[in-house]
Amino acid sequence: MVSSAEARQHSSLPQEIKNKIVIEELSVGYSDGTESLRDVSLAIPDHAITVLFGPAGGGKSTLLRTMNRLNDLADVISLSGHVWIDGVDILDPSVDVISLRRRVGIVFTQPVVLPMTIRQNLTYGLELAGERSRSRLEEAVEQSLRAAALWEEVSDRLDDPAIALSGGQQQRLCLARVLALEPEVILLDEPTSGLDPISTGKVEASLQELKEHYTFVLVPHSVQQAARTADYAAFILDGQLIEYAPGKQIFTNPQDQRTEDYVEGRFG
Amino acid sequence: MRRLRTASERNKLTQNIGFTGLRLAALITVVPIVLVVVYIFWQGSPAISWEFISGFPREGMRAGGILPAIVGTFWLTLGTGIIAVPLGIGAAIYLAEYAPDTNWTRAIRIAIINLAGIPSVVYGLFGLGLFVLFLQFGTSIVAGSLTLAIMTLPVIISTTEEALRAVPNSFRVVSISLGGSKWQTIRRVVIPQALPGILTGVILGLERAAGETAPILFTVAAFFLPRLPTSIFDATMALPYHLFVISTQVPGMPVQIQYGTAVVLLTFVLSMNTVAAVIRSRARARRQW
Ligand SMILES: Nc1ncnc2c1ncn2[C@@H]1O[C@H](COP(=O)(O)OP(=O)(O)OP(=O)(O)O)[C@@H](O)[C@H]1O
Ligand SMILES: [Mg+2]
Repeated sequence: MVSSAEARQHSSLPQEIKNKIVIEELSVGYSDGTESLRDVSLAIPDHAITVLFGPAGGGKSTLLRTMNRLNDLADVISLSGHVWIDGVDILDPSVDVISLRRRVGIVFTQPVVLPMTIRQNLTYGLELAGERSRSRLEEAVEQSLRAAALWEEVSDRLDDPAIALSGGQQQRLCLARVLALEPEVILLDEPTSGLDPISTGKVEASLQELKEHYTFVLVPHSVQQAARTADYAAFILDGQLIEYAPGKQIFTNPQDQRTEDYVEGRFG
Repeated sequence: MRRLRTASERNKLTQNIGFTGLRLAALITVVPIVLVVVYIFWQGSPAISWEFISGFPREGMRAGGILPAIVGTFWLTLGTGIIAVPLGIGAAIYLAEYAPDTNWTRAIRIAIINLAGIPSVVYGLFGLGLFVLFLQFGTSIVAGSLTLAIMTLPVIISTTEEALRAVPNSFRVVSISLGGSKWQTIRRVVIPQALPGILTGVILGLERAAGETAPILFTVAAFFLPRLPTSIFDATMALPYHLFVISTQVPGMPVQIQYGTAVVLLTFVLSMNTVAAVIRSRARARRQW
């Protein structure tokens, strides 16, 4: 077994930063034969936004879904390597996936609100976790909506069906729903792909504000968004990690030719 | 015929012909149903009175009421529901949500589909052999309910399974991503969404059970038993069998009583249908996807 300290050397990150997630030689293959990730090693620091970017089909979503074992639901046939979160390998079969998913939340590309009211969407995860206190649920509703920049727009209609919200509001509700669980890590898979620039701006501002409390892993919907939001950025191409560096560096002075081509828009 | 100038005019004409055809098809299926209901109510409603519904048959069933048959059908339907509904829904949840796609579960599904196609008289014989004779329940409400339940199960299982499968998978993924267990996801998201479909299946199944004659013929139904059942091991009269008896086995039977009995049976079944429709439309109004 390789230690997490050794894995950290795969990345060019300074050692003194506390890494929340350490991914080590991760390979994932689906049953249709696609090898979606090959030997990816990556250390994701706490209290920062780490961006995973690259062309379509590169394996970014696969990597996200591996970090909270949501890929257990997909047709994965080969899985090797390690994903350490706070020193525990979450790929270990003995890991309690339910409490893992409470600690590592995810926001999907397509906002899927549950067929319930706005309020029920927000309290759903907490109630499943056994929270019964009305006042604490109420508090979580308001706090999470404020954090996702949605409170002003919906505070007077919390008991309306969530599906009645606009697409952008639904996406922020999905973010709020994850925030309500107070996870440690939040995975965001193109969370603003369906949003107008104003809503996108609101979400990005929320992320910047929230990042001191969370570890964010973001798949951006454009290189521009990657450059705007990344504290650290990983360029992923065809299942492989090509380059990983602080955001400022990778978007201004990429080391790898392929990264440079992609960042400058010379890629397919 | 005038030449049609533009493609859009032609399209419109084709569309109109299509719609007219579809409307006609819908009408043709509705007409016989309406005719049957109207005719039976027209012939039978003169017989309906308080005495008819709450009284016991007299004069060799040629007069009096049909209370024992009404009560018998009520208990049989209830008994069938108590047995078949939890079992059927449970089996459907297992098949739709848990069962892996193996040859074994495929065989189970095929068996269920085939069970739905078995003639009801065969269920009757089976019930006679297993429940009445082998398990020695005698001709009784238990034996009849069990027989009807077995006949109803395939309907409930396949409609429920279909309703569960119609719930978008993204809801399940979201619920699980929020820390839901599989069962929590099924109970709090999937079943509420599938409920209208499940209820439709349940009511369709129970309606069929309430109206069937053959399965109860050998297992519970009494030709003439002018008292109410006092235990589940009693035989009882039941509406469909009673209707069969008074229509074919009793000479000099007033037509009004025959149609009156049909009206009661039809009302029983139609009111179940109405309840289902109301629940469905309420649930649909609340449904959100
Ligand atoms: N559930 C699945 N079953 C089978 N193959 C899958 C599945 N999910 C993803 N793949 C395959 O894995 C590869 C990587 O897909 P993934 O969705 O991780 O890429 P991505 O980088 O997120 O792409 P995009 O930018 O288009 O979202 C693709 O070839 C895809 O076809
Ligand atoms: Mg993706």
